[in-house]
Amino acid sequence: MNTKKENLSYWLFLIPSLIAVITVILIPLLYGIYTSFTNSDGFNMDFVGLENYQQLFSDSQFIESMWFTLKFAFVAVIGVNVIGLGFALIVTQKLGKVTTFFRTLFFTPNLIGGLILGFIWQFIFNRAFVGIAEMTNLDFFNGWLSDPTTAYWGMIIVFLWQMSGYIMLIYIAFLSKIPYEFIESAQLDGANAFQTFIYIKLPLLAPAFTVSLFLTLANAFKVYDLNLALTSGGPFRSSEMVAMNIYNTAFLQYKQGYAQAKGVVFLVIIILISVAQIYFTRQREVDLS
Amino acid sequence: MSFKKVHKTLIILLGVMLSLVWIYPFVIVLFGSLKTRSEIFTNPLSFPTEPTTKNFPTAYENMNFTQSFLNSVLIMVVSVFLIVIFSAMAAYALARMKSKWSTVIYFLCAVLMLVPFQSIMIPLVSLFGRVNLLNRTGLIFMNLGFQSCMSIFLFYGAMKSVPISLDEAAYIDGANTFQIFWRVIFPILKPTTVTVIILTGIRIWNDYLLPSLVVNQEGMYTLPLQMYYFFGEYTIQWELALAGLLLAIIPIILLYMFLQKYIIEGVTEGATK
Repeated sequence: MNTKKENLSYWLFLIPSLIAVITVILIPLLYGIYTSFTNSDGFNMDFVGLENYQQLFSDSQFIESMWFTLKFAFVAVIGVNVIGLGFALIVTQKLGKVTTFFRTLFFTPNLIGGLILGFIWQFIFNRAFVGIAEMTNLDFFNGWLSDPTTAYWGMIIVFLWQMSGYIMLIYIAFLSKIPYEFIESAQLDGANAFQTFIYIKLPLLAPAFTVSLFLTLANAFKVYDLNLALTSGGPFRSSEMVAMNIYNTAFLQYKQGYAQAKGVVFLVIIILISVAQIYFTRQREVDLS
Repeated sequence: MSFKKVHKTLIILLGVMLSLVWIYPFVIVLFGSLKTRSEIFTNPLSFPTEPTTKNFPTAYENMNFTQSFLNSVLIMVVSVFLIVIFSAMAAYALARMKSKWSTVIYFLCAVLMLVPFQSIMIPLVSLFGRVNLLNRTGLIFMNLGFQSCMSIFLFYGAMKSVPISLDEAAYIDGANTFQIFWRVIFPILKPTTVTVIILTGIRIWNDYLLPSLVVNQEGMYTLPLQMYYFFGEYTIQWELALAGLLLAIIPIILLYMFLQKYIIEGVTEGATK
């Protein structure tokens, strides 16, 4: 093949994807960073330097939403991983065909979008829970989405429901890579199921933990659809997550320059999480070969 | 019964209980959609006493199901088709043709994949608005941009394990680069193609935020977008809201029933590679 012709086909093969990625992500990213230094309202924009970034630190609603997101992510990450690993341990037992059935059901919520899942649970909290309260006379089940604390737990519950099945698949993939001889020889040495889990499976699952921890962390930080459908940030903006705060600032208040500064801060946080993930995964990988 | 058998039965029992709990929210939606308005208030949880299907035609009509369903299908099918073809081509160039640019492009893609949507949505909408692309064509193009990098990586990984001697043999037989790719390499990558179709298809089908910014006009609504407006209107009329939710869920559940093996494998592949 002559070089000129090969060079041409190289770019012909790449160009469609390249144009799409550059115009849809790269250019908006660069233009967005510029916008964050302006007072853009969607129509006019003047350069204002670091003003937006300074304003961020005294924006109590933004700080509140950041704090809510952190609290949400912390509990969500632990919960999703505990349930996901639990599910994975159940369906990797040698129980026959029934495990496929369990796996299929556990994964189902993940196939449906966050918006519809949020609406389903809006009904459950607003109507079904109230029905339980009437039946049992327990006030505990009343008004879950109109109280900040229970609204927070409502968000957590739906997120766990949505994500655990997905994280389960990651744990299954890593569990099934553990050579059966390891488990067999542990059992021959007299280890029970619990000991096999603690001393054999758990250490070998280290890379799975890092992958799923950071995957859930990044996903928990980016939640929007679920937030919108379940609570719309309410009551009194107490459950407004960062993604929704950015959206509202940009498209309800039309402070686009300011919203973009929030977007850049958000970007930095997500990149830090992702880089940390790659770093830790590489460090803790166990070589089985 | 031996100890082992008891142990096994207990785990199966636990699994059955957990699966029932896990699936129950969908069951509540199904039951609720078959109830009258008054029964939803007296009996929100269990099976309807007098099941009725009369909520479905009303919900179907009021949420313009046919139109929004077809919009969703159109946008998903065209987007996924373009993503598969173009990503496989790009991955082929990166994996098979020598160029000093490959590392740069690969790295660029890896970095851009991390960018959260909220950090670029404002300029994206404003820039595409200026060139009149806030419509279905624009949405398809944006889907291509957002899903390409992941798809390229999946194809790239798969291509690395296809022996280069296949390319060489085809070249000696007189095939040009495009023919080698299209006739020899692309067919071998079928499992990866299935993975990419499933992963990008589900994402695009369920996406709400991007379509809400790009095709927010009556007539162009996708299913999630239509659902958003429909649900907002009917939260007091729960029986219609639930019937609408069920209608929106049914297409995915049907697909899942037939393709669950491929879907589970595809999602696992996408998450662990």
